[in-house]
Amino acid sequence: MSTTPLEHDYIGLSESSSVPRSSDKLSYSSSSSSCTEENYTSSNKACLNFKETELRLGLPGSQSPGRKPSHGLSLFGKDIENNNSNSNSNNTNGYAAPSPLKSLVSGAKRGFSDALDGVSRNWGLSINGKPDAELGKGAVLYSPRGGLDDKCKIMKEVDVLPLSPKPVQEKKNQVPALNENEPTSAPAAKAQVVGWPPIRSFRKNTMASNLVKNNDAAEGKSGSGCLYVKVSMDGAPYLRKVDLKIYSNYMELSSALEKMFSCFTIGQCDSHGLPGQDGLSESRLMDLLHGSEYVLTYEDKDGDWMLVGDVPWDMFTETCRRLRIMKGSEAIGLAPRAMEKCKNRT
Amino acid sequence: MESESKRKKESPNTAELAVTASFPDEVLEIVLSLLTSHRDRSSVSLVCKDWYRAERWSRTQVFIGNCYSVSPEILTRRFPNIRSVTLKGKPRFSDFNLVPPNWGADIHAWLVAFAAKYPFLEELRLKRMAVSDESLEFLASNFPNFKLLSLLSCDGFSTDGLAAIATHCKNLTELDIQENGIEDSSGSWLSCFPESFTSLEVLNFANLTSEVNTDALERLVSRCKSLKVLKVNKSISLEQLQRLLVRAPQLEELGTGSFLQDLTARPYADLESAFNNCKNIHTLSGLWEAVPLYLPALYNSCANLTFLNLSYTALQSGEFAKLVVHCPRLRRLWILDTVEDKGLEAVGSNCPLLEELRVFPADPFDEEIIHGVTEEGFVAVSFGCRRLHYVLYFCRQMTNAAVATIVQNCPNFTHFRLCIMTPGLPDYLTNEPMDEAFGAVVKTCSKLQRLSVSGLLTDLTFEYIGKYAKNLETLSVAFAGRSDRGMQCVLEGCPKLRKLEIRDCPFGNEALLSGLEKYESMRSLWMSACNVTMNACRRLAKQMPRLNVEVMKEDGSDDSQADKVYIYRTVAGPRRDAPPSVLTL
Repeated sequence: MSTTPLEHDYIGLSESSSVPRSSDKLSYSSSSSSCTEENYTSSNKACLNFKETELRLGLPGSQSPGRKPSHGLSLFGKDIENNNSNSNSNNTNGYAAPSPLKSLVSGAKRGFSDALDGVSRNWGLSINGKPDAELGKGAVLYSPRGGLDDKCKIMKEVDVLPLSPKPVQEKKNQVPALNENEPTSAPAAKAQVVGWPPIRSFRKNTMASNLVKNNDAAEGKSGSGCLYVKVSMDGAPYLRKVDLKIYSNYMELSSALEKMFSCFTIGQCDSHGLPGQDGLSESRLMDLLHGSEYVLTYEDKDGDWMLVGDVPWDMFTETCRRLRIMKGSEAIGLAPRAMEKCKNRT
Repeated sequence: MESESKRKKESPNTAELAVTASFPDEVLEIVLSLLTSHRDRSSVSLVCKDWYRAERWSRTQVFIGNCYSVSPEILTRRFPNIRSVTLKGKPRFSDFNLVPPNWGADIHAWLVAFAAKYPFLEELRLKRMAVSDESLEFLASNFPNFKLLSLLSCDGFSTDGLAAIATHCKNLTELDIQENGIEDSSGSWLSCFPESFTSLEVLNFANLTSEVNTDALERLVSRCKSLKVLKVNKSISLEQLQRLLVRAPQLEELGTGSFLQDLTARPYADLESAFNNCKNIHTLSGLWEAVPLYLPALYNSCANLTFLNLSYTALQSGEFAKLVVHCPRLRRLWILDTVEDKGLEAVGSNCPLLEELRVFPADPFDEEIIHGVTEEGFVAVSFGCRRLHYVLYFCRQMTNAAVATIVQNCPNFTHFRLCIMTPGLPDYLTNEPMDEAFGAVVKTCSKLQRLSVSGLLTDLTFEYIGKYAKNLETLSVAFAGRSDRGMQCVLEGCPKLRKLEIRDCPFGNEALLSGLEKYESMRSLWMSACNVTMNACRRLAKQMPRLNVEVMKEDGSDDSQADKVYIYRTVAGPRRDAPPSVLTL
C-alpha cells in the first residue's frame, strides 16, 4: 500500500525534535487551519503549493470526501478523555455525550452493513453493562453468525476499508476531542469497541492523562513547565510555535523569533535598550515602526491585538495567547496607544 | 491414590517395600519441603497416603490460580502450615472492563479464615482481587509475622488501607502496589512507617499518584539498610531522586520518579554521580515524562541493566537508540511504540541477550495515527536477538511473511502475544488472512505455552493450533474464526490447555459443548460476544457438576443469548457471593 509511506513523509517529524510527539502533531494541524484563517495575499499560492506537496489545508470544519461517520469500519476511535478524566480505572472507556455517540454508533453500523452488501455478519459493538450508559439500550449488540460462504472474498471487501487512504486532514479531526479551542465539525467520537485493544485500564488512564497534559500545554494554558504559543508571520506559508517559558525577557524571545523567521527584523531594537528594562522605549518603538517592515504583536486573553513590549515580561507570558508578526503598515493603528502608554510610564 | 498404595504393598520388590515402610514421616517431610514447584508437589501428593500426608504438612506456600476453585475452608483443612498465599481472582478480561463491577473475588473471607488457621501468615500476593480498606486493616492487625504484600491489578481499596499496613506491620519486608484501581487520596500513608521500622527490602508505589512526604521517604530509605527495590512515583523529582540514591547505593531495582525538571549543571552532575554510585542496579523503570536531555545520566548504570521498563516513557526513536546503545546486557525490555521501527532496529543491533520484549501502544485508540511500530521492527529485533522467547507486540499492520521470518530466527518462543490493533485486519501486503503467520508460530515453536492471536483469521489458524501447539497452556482469541470448527480443533488438539479466553468470535453451542470433557482439566474458559445460548450453558452445567458455569447478563439484552460466559472447575461448588448480574447455572 503506497499511501502509508507517503503519509510518513508528509508528517516529516524529525527524530531530533525534542517536542513531545502529540503536541507536535497538534501544532501542525492547528497551523494548517490558521493558515487559511488569515488573509495572506500570497497565501493562496502558498497553500496551493502545499497541496502539491500534499498538505490538506481545508478550512476548519470542512471535511474531505469520504470522511463521513459511516465511512469505513469505525470500530474504535478516540477515547474521549474529557469524560474519562474523573473516572476510576474500573469504569468503562470514556464515551462522549451519549446522544451524539448513539447516532454515531448506529451510523457506524449502517455504514458497515452497506459495505458488506447484506452479508449478515457484523462486528458487534459490545458496550459494557455500565448502568448509566444510555448507550446500553441504543447500542447494537449482535454476534457474528458463522457458516458463511465465500467468506474470504467478502472479508477482502470489508477489510479494504480500514486500509483506504485517509487524507491527513483527519489528523486534525482528532484534535477537537481533546482541544476545546479548536472547534471543527468532525464527528464527536468514533464508536469504540469495549476492551479493545487489550490494554489494562491503569495503563490506558495513565497514557490518556499524559496526552491531555501535553495538549493543555500546547494550547498555552498554564501547564507544567511549558507554554507554547503559535507564531504567525504575514506572508509566511506556515506557523511556528514557541515555548514562552524558556525565555526570560523580550530580547531572548525576539532573537529566537528572528532565527525562526529570517526576514524578521524586530531584533534591531535589542541593542539599544537600557539593560534590565522590560518594555520597549519610545525611541525603539519609533525605530521599529519607521525602520523595519514588520512588527511583533500578540493576542491577549481578551482577544485584543497588542504590541509586544508594553508590559513586563511575566505579565506578557501570562496573557499572551498567540503571536503575530505583522506588516508594519498594518500596525500603525497600534502605535499611538503604545506610545501613550510609554509616555505615561516615563 | 488407594489403588497406588495397594500396588505398592503387592510389589514383588520387598526391599523397596521395607525402605518405604521404615521411612519416618519427619524425614519425608524434610525431603518434601525442598520441593518448591506447585506441580511437583501436586504429583507427590498423589503417590500414596503417606506422601499425601507428608506433603500437606510440609507445604508452606500455596498458589491458587482461581480463587473460586477452592474454598478457604478446604484450603486450611488440607494445609495446616501455610505461610505464603498467592491468589488470583477475576477473569483476565476484567482488566479490559469486560467484567461487571462487584463481580466478586473479595479477599475478606479468605483473611478471616487465615486469621484463624494461619496466624503466622507471612506473605500475600493478590492479583485481580477485590480488596477493601477494611481488609487491609484486618490484615495489618491480625498477622504479627506479616512480611510481604503484593497487590497487582486489584481494586476497592484506598491509600488509607496502605496507611494501616505501614503503621502496624512491624516486620514488613515488601510492599508492592502495582496497577491497581484504587482511590489515591493522599500520600500520607508513607509517613505512617514508624521511625523504628527498618526491615523494608522492597517498596514499589510507582503507580500511585499522590505526593508523599519526601523527608519521610528519605528517612525511611536511610534507615532500611536492606532496601533492594525502590520504585517511586511521579511526584518525586530528579533532585529528590538524587538524594534517595545517595542514601541507598545498595539498590538493585530502581523506579525513578519524574524525569522532567530543569536541572542546571551542578544538580545534573550530582545526579549522574549518584547513579554511578549505585553499582548494583539491574532493573530500571519509571522515567515518567523523561526529557531526553537527562538520560545520559543513566548511561553508566545501563551497562549492567538486565531489565529496562520504558513503557510509560514516550521516547522517540533517535533518543531511544542513543540510550539502548548503552544496554548490551539487556534481557527484558518494555517500551512504547513511539520508538518506532528504527528504535527496534537499534534494539536488534545492541541487545543480543534479549529474551523478552513488550511493545505497548502510546495511542491505542487513534486509528489515524501512522506512527507506532510495524512488522519491520519486529523482524529487525528477531534478527538481532535470537534468544527472544517472550513477546507482547501491539502494532497496526503485519504480514504472514514477517511472522514466518521472525519465528525462523527465534524458534524458542514460549509466549507469543501479537496484537494487530484493528480487529480482523488481513496481511496488509497480500490481503490474505493471517492464518499462515500463526501456523508458522505453532509449527516452529514447539515450546509455545502462551499464544494471543489477532488479525483476520479463519478456522485454519485453529486447525494449526490444534495440530501443532502441544504445549500450549493459554490461548487468547478475539474477532477470529469462521465456525464452531475452529474452537473444536483447539479443544480437541491441545492437551495442556488450561486457560481459553474468547471474545467476539462466531463460536456457538456446538463448539461449547464439544469441550465437555475438557473443561475439568482446564482452569477456566471465557467466552463473550460469541454465539452461545443460555440453554447450552444450562445443559453444560447440568452435565458437569464439578464446573461452575456463570453467565454475566447485560441489561436489556436478549434473554436466550449468553453474552458473557465464564466456566471454571471447582471443588467448592457454586459460589454464594455472586452479584445479581451473574447467574450461576
